Amino acid sequence: MNRLNHLFAARKGNLLSIYYTAGYPELNTTLDIAEALEKAGADFLEIGFPYSDPVADGPTIQHSSQQALDNGMTLNLLFEQLKNLRKRVTIPVLLMGYFNPIVQYGVEQFCKKAAEAGVDGVIVPDLPIYEYETMYAGFFKSNNLSNIFLVTPQTSADRIRKIDELSNSFIYLLSSSSITGGSLDVSDSIENYYKRIKAMQLKNPAIIGFGIGDNATFKKACEYADGAIVGSKFVKLLESENYLEKINGFIHSIRTSL
Amino acid sequence: MKYGVNEHGYYGDFGGAYVPEMLYPNIEELRQQYLKIINEPDFKAEFDLLLKDYVGRPSPLYFAKRYSEKYGANIFLKREDLNHTGSHKINNAIGQILLAQRLGKKRIIAETGAGQHGVATATVCALKGIECVVYMGEVDMERQAPNVSRMKMLGAKVVPARSGSKTLKDATNEALRDWIANPVDTHYIIGSVVGPYPYPDMVARFQSIISFEAKKQLFEHTGKELPEYVMACVGGGSNAMGMFYHFLDDESVKLIAVEAAGKGVNSGHSAATTILGREGVLHGSRTILMQTDDGQVVEPYSISAGLDYPGIGPQHAHLYKINRAQYTSVTDDEALQAGLLCCQLEGIIPAIESAHALAQLEKMNFKKDDNVIICLSGRGDKDLDTYIKYFNY
Repeated sequence: MNRLNHLFAARKGNLLSIYYTAGYPELNTTLDIAEALEKAGADFLEIGFPYSDPVADGPTIQHSSQQALDNGMTLNLLFEQLKNLRKRVTIPVLLMGYFNPIVQYGVEQFCKKAAEAGVDGVIVPDLPIYEYETMYAGFFKSNNLSNIFLVTPQTSADRIRKIDELSNSFIYLLSSSSITGGSLDVSDSIENYYKRIKAMQLKNPAIIGFGIGDNATFKKACEYADGAIVGSKFVKLLESENYLEKINGFIHSIRTSL
Repeated sequence: MKYGVNEHGYYGDFGGAYVPEMLYPNIEELRQQYLKIINEPDFKAEFDLLLKDYVGRPSPLYFAKRYSEKYGANIFLKREDLNHTGSHKINNAIGQILLAQRLGKKRIIAETGAGQHGVATATVCALKGIECVVYMGEVDMERQAPNVSRMKMLGAKVVPARSGSKTLKDATNEALRDWIANPVDTHYIIGSVVGPYPYPDMVARFQSIISFEAKKQLFEHTGKELPEYVMACVGGGSNAMGMFYHFLDDESVKLIAVEAAGKGVNSGHSAATTILGREGVLHGSRTILMQTDDGQVVEPYSISAGLDYPGIGPQHAHLYKINRAQYTSVTDDEALQAGLLCCQLEGIIPAIESAHALAQLEKMNFKKDDNVIICLSGRGDKDLDTYIKYFNY
């Protein structure tokens, strides 16, 4: 059991997770942002580590990644910053990023360092199931890290079953087949997709991401899943001045209707 | 094939399909269909006919007499420069458009660096009346303006890639993002033996016509089944893989792959991937790529836009690691000099990419009766500006 498992055991529904890129907009505010998010009422966090070629991301997160790299963010530095994570933050924390930086760091070493810092899970969009299962699952398990898989409207039922079997905290449902930063698709076919997944009665809770950015979209997502993830909209907020002071209001605006 | 791909898409340690879940259905559809489709008699017949009547194949295997005298061996040039659109890229574009049609796709996307693959893709889309969108780095669009116009004349929409370094790798990222957003009706024609499985194998098969023909043609010229050497330039590595393909299992044939050293391997301005790169994941496959200690992809440099790629195809990474092929590199200066020499000795203006392979001739120790095949992957018309500026003509 890690913090994610405890969270999902204790609370059903309306969970709010926030994504942001470490090292953006400033190099050393990773934990300040995390702390502000917890205080504001976020339920768990996804801290992104930047990559030069983020193919699954739209312009907002691409920009934050490039800026973070220009600021000097590296995995080494991130783990240095995370040494104080559990002194300041109690909610579950995931790391999210592309596979190549992890390969260079060493997959086993990465998992060890993440666990030492008190990280609970990892999302690596371009680490496929076959490679995870045959080469890396052991490193995740021995460090009590949850690996989070994505599911899209095109993912087949068989594959969703397989993903459910390999998962041990939650499944990340994409609201559409798109890169990050788009708008929420509320078409009938998407509703049918959520209903189809709900009917499968998976053992893992589902959290919806991509296109969530205000109270209306958050509420919509929570009708079909246990919670939702806000990424690009929050990263945009970080572009503004005095962003730390605005975090409380932002979370409040997602939680409650105007 | 001893050096071919296994059922999981790997060549030894390299390959695979490291794609986000959003691309999985696209890749899976291709994986399940590509061999079935390309082995259908109807596909083969149309592919062969178009290669013959439209591309102008077989391309000649030309015995280069004056080169042979200069280098003391029998030097043959495989004339891919004589293909329609001016390079080997058309072989793959024809294969993939026929595949896309049979998969019922209505829209084609492609990435391009120098513009040769973009032009080849725009050409086959015109031929088939299919919508075509080509992603090209904003920087490359300025450097290769005539090819941008060519693509537009052929009816393609050219979209500038403005992310990252605004060159080939970023154009590839943008094409992948487009494919994520349009998973059902769009086919992505990747231009080299790179990307997630099955692309490296599929592109290699379409380009293997180069060595299939060369093997027969060498026999007609010399009565010998096999050459001593086969040489080609490598960016992503599609002409080299096509040139090596039918010689891979003939262990006596020495395979020489020539990378672009740019301003020198240690100058900080180079694209010599096997020397400067390390193992990692790029554009969906595990391969060798140029990167920082932190795993960020490094922007390569070569005067030749077609060799200016930070990785190599996974099969090349495998052939390099197990020493089946020898990977070497030549600088901008050496390549341009070799290009000019080819003009003056053989009356052929080669693409600067192909001139890298020719430059390697200077560094070889041939025996008198050695038969050597070099892939002349493209013609130099597109590079005239660069040649003219360099030599002050």
